Amino acid sequence: MGHSLKRKEDARFIQGKGHYVDDIQLPGMLHMDIVRSPYAYAKIKSINAEEALKIPGVIAVVTGKDLEKYNLHWMPTLMSDTQMVLPTDTVMYQAQEVAAVIATDRYAARDGKEAVMVEYEPMKPVIDPYKSLDPDAPVLRTDKEGKKDNHIWHWEVGDKEATEKLFNEAEVVVKEQMHIPRIHVSSIETCGCVADYDKINNHLTMYMTTQAPHAIRTVIALVAGHVGLTEEKVRVVSPDIGGGFGGKVPVYPGYVIAIAVSFLVGKPVKWVEDRSENLQADSFARDYHITAEMAGTKDGKILGTRFKILADHGYTDAAANPSKFPTGMFSIGTGSYDYQTTFMEADAVYTNKPPGGVAYRCSFRVTEAVHAIERITDRFALEIGKDPAQLRMENFIKKEDFPWKSPTGWEYDSGDYHAGLKKAMEVVGYDELRKEQAEKRKRGELMGIGISTFTEIVGAGPSKDFDILGIKMFDSAEIRVHPTGKAIARFGTKSQGQGHETTYAQIIAEELGIPAEHIQVEEGDTDTAPYGLGTYASRSTPTAGAAAAVAARKLRDKARKIAAYLLEVSEDDLEWEPGKFFVKGAPEKSKTIQEIVFAAYTNHPQGMEAGFEATHYYDPPNLTFPSGAYICVVDVDKDTGEIKVRRFVAIDDCGNIINPMIVQGQVHGGLTQGIAPAMYEELVYDEDGNILNGTFMDYLVPTAVESPSWETGHTVTPSPHHPIGAKGVGESPTVGAPPAIANAIVDALAPYGITHLDIPITPYKVWKALREKGAN
Amino acid sequence: MKKQITISVNGEKHTLEVEPRELLVHVIREKLRLTGTHIGCDTTSCGACTVLLNGKSIKSCTVLAIQADGKEVSTVEGLATAEGLHPLQEGFKENHGLHCGFCTPGMLMRAVELLEHNDNPTEEEIRWGIAGNLCRCTGYNNIVKAIQYASAKMRGEETPSTEPEFV
Ligand code: FES
Ligand code: FES
Repeated sequence: MGHSLKRKEDARFIQGKGHYVDDIQLPGMLHMDIVRSPYAYAKIKSINAEEALKIPGVIAVVTGKDLEKYNLHWMPTLMSDTQMVLPTDTVMYQAQEVAAVIATDRYAARDGKEAVMVEYEPMKPVIDPYKSLDPDAPVLRTDKEGKKDNHIWHWEVGDKEATEKLFNEAEVVVKEQMHIPRIHVSSIETCGCVADYDKINNHLTMYMTTQAPHAIRTVIALVAGHVGLTEEKVRVVSPDIGGGFGGKVPVYPGYVIAIAVSFLVGKPVKWVEDRSENLQADSFARDYHITAEMAGTKDGKILGTRFKILADHGYTDAAANPSKFPTGMFSIGTGSYDYQTTFMEADAVYTNKPPGGVAYRCSFRVTEAVHAIERITDRFALEIGKDPAQLRMENFIKKEDFPWKSPTGWEYDSGDYHAGLKKAMEVVGYDELRKEQAEKRKRGELMGIGISTFTEIVGAGPSKDFDILGIKMFDSAEIRVHPTGKAIARFGTKSQGQGHETTYAQIIAEELGIPAEHIQVEEGDTDTAPYGLGTYASRSTPTAGAAAAVAARKLRDKARKIAAYLLEVSEDDLEWEPGKFFVKGAPEKSKTIQEIVFAAYTNHPQGMEAGFEATHYYDPPNLTFPSGAYICVVDVDKDTGEIKVRRFVAIDDCGNIINPMIVQGQVHGGLTQGIAPAMYEELVYDEDGNILNGTFMDYLVPTAVESPSWETGHTVTPSPHHPIGAKGVGESPTVGAPPAIANAIVDALAPYGITHLDIPITPYKVWKALREKGAN
Repeated sequence: MKKQITISVNGEKHTLEVEPRELLVHVIREKLRLTGTHIGCDTTSCGACTVLLNGKSIKSCTVLAIQADGKEVSTVEGLATAEGLHPLQEGFKENHGLHCGFCTPGMLMRAVELLEHNDNPTEEEIRWGIAGNLCRCTGYNNIVKAIQYASAKMRGEETPSTEPEFV
């Protein structure tokens, strides 16, 4: 623990020996390409494949009507809504799958795609989520019997009446309307699969880019069990994944079509989408319109909050939330502050946009919640003229008040928010910066300092509340130690770059005293790994990491018994130090873990089970609550609106740290995914539902030039209920960074009376806002 | 309509039949089965496909295989030698310059050329130098460190500390 062990997985990646889905090439493999809709909303009048089928190499064109014969034209979403695999009559968003072309090589498949003639009858789409609820808006989901509007669900939490009363009587109330933009995970590897159905053995091997291979196997069996693909006949393999970030949790139509075609023709079928398809059709993230309000006293006590959300889900609710939580963990949005009155409500609507709402490096809508609370907290500070750091310090939940019950029902496990912010202020030199800012303001120069002190909620989750499609959100570890004391450990999670092969080995090494180099970690093959719900929402360390520790402890208990037998003493006479048991008071009498394991195979006590392996399915008693204090410093050019992030200091508290190098790397990466929506990224649609930036030419993923040099650090407040006191860190920076940046920019513009700007805050937005406020 | 080309890849000569429209990246990946070179986009934006063509870093998704006829291609698979890893490969590993590894081969090949032109680049020069290569995972700090590490090593100087500056 706490050691920056270099990553075990790197050797293959730096030598070009990573093994990703598109690297798979099987004998006789066919290639699939997908015809997509140019319209956001249209009737399909006809699909003519004649010309396509004349192209050498093209062997089939599959449409919704073909799939309908097998009842495979619709599939369930993770939120128990339904999504088309291929349409039979209507397309619901631009770039929706319309037909699939199957060919002997990828060039022929692409030629075929261009040659398929589809006749559409375009209809007026619903793009603006607010208009989607208008009484005269067309009802989009006519496939749902009796559906009379575009409303999906309503959700609320908190005390409505008490909150209303508080807001009516409060000395100070601030309010802002915010949009958390529709963005895309944009992992550098897109999504894809090779579906390999073996007719003779009635067995499907599905190689795919999935963060949750076990859940996928179950879903395949549920959807295709009726044609013979029952769960024991399905093997899902998730090889190396080129970044996931939540975008590789859902089941996309392309996967299902590939399976269907492989099943029908008995040959492997490869489908790998290109970047533009990935951006235009795969699950988006965020897209919450939030009215945020805060009530408090004139001297700066926060008394309550109120959030009203409109969630644009596209044409189906294909979000990836635990079943009970349609807005995910949005209710963490009361933040790091000590008050007990809140009311939050949300309505979700259908529009003619791609489905999604995935938890992009985020425990299900935490990013949206944190943006709302951290922005409105700054707004409150601005209103009463108090320093935002001071205001936060005065309102934080105190260290000694943990475990702390939030007004929305969560029990925060531990935290020390004062320590985090204090450290961030010291590292950045807060007081000096404020002085510098005051001087610059006198000279008319724009400089801003922004803070975000967020509380995260990760590690979903305890089975009493958390499931996806009914499957409880535990995770698992299986450890087998070979006679010579070397081990293989398998997990229900799936790394997409997080470094599990290293950190899991470190956890087991710590608990069992076997060197991490001697522990091989494997994930992603459902035939060999124990069942688990996969890697997303920073859940791997809190769940599977915990499972590893508990399984290793089971083995240590067994080791103690064997050691007692070998040393001919009672178990109570033994003491453990990493790597060996020794007799109390006689340290020269000892057995190393390697000797003990060898005995488990060669000389185990009679009556004891031979061998040395253990499995554990870990059902966490609570979630974990990492936190962070981020401070961003920006300089804004008044004439051009250009924003320069001068400094960014991130102090994270993710409890005990297994590998500081990996934690820091996660923070760097997450921060860059935080600056992205804060300043650059948004999927933009025009009123006809055309995507205006659906390629990497115009969807602005930050390069090394836009990405600042991040300054990182940590405080440690262990989780009291996690076996090794860890909390999970992957998503904290993505969640925490955007409001720090937005707050910094708004702070820079405050002299002009600007109180809020929606992210992404671009130079043009800044320039325009300044002009509107009279700057010249 | 196929055309015969001869390319030398990592020092080994290959004579192949290709369609005139076939992209170099597909030939490298699918005909020569050197799958370290990746594809991350369809607009020449991401750099995952970066290889060296006659020593210059290019995006192999935007070069036709026939344009490489008679030329030398270097890919990530040719970086390490019998003596061991290339200093850049070592730099990436030692400094945690990669997470998922998907951008890594392209980054490495780009950095090879960068260091050839400038054996002691500043942070700013490195950032601009790799601006044609996207990484979604690392946040770039450690890629910069990795390249600085390699440049020190290639100049025969002591390599900077690889401990994370995680206060
Ligand atoms: S694949 Fe993206 S630039 Fe070549
Ligand atoms: S390491 Fe994943 S894209 Fe760079």
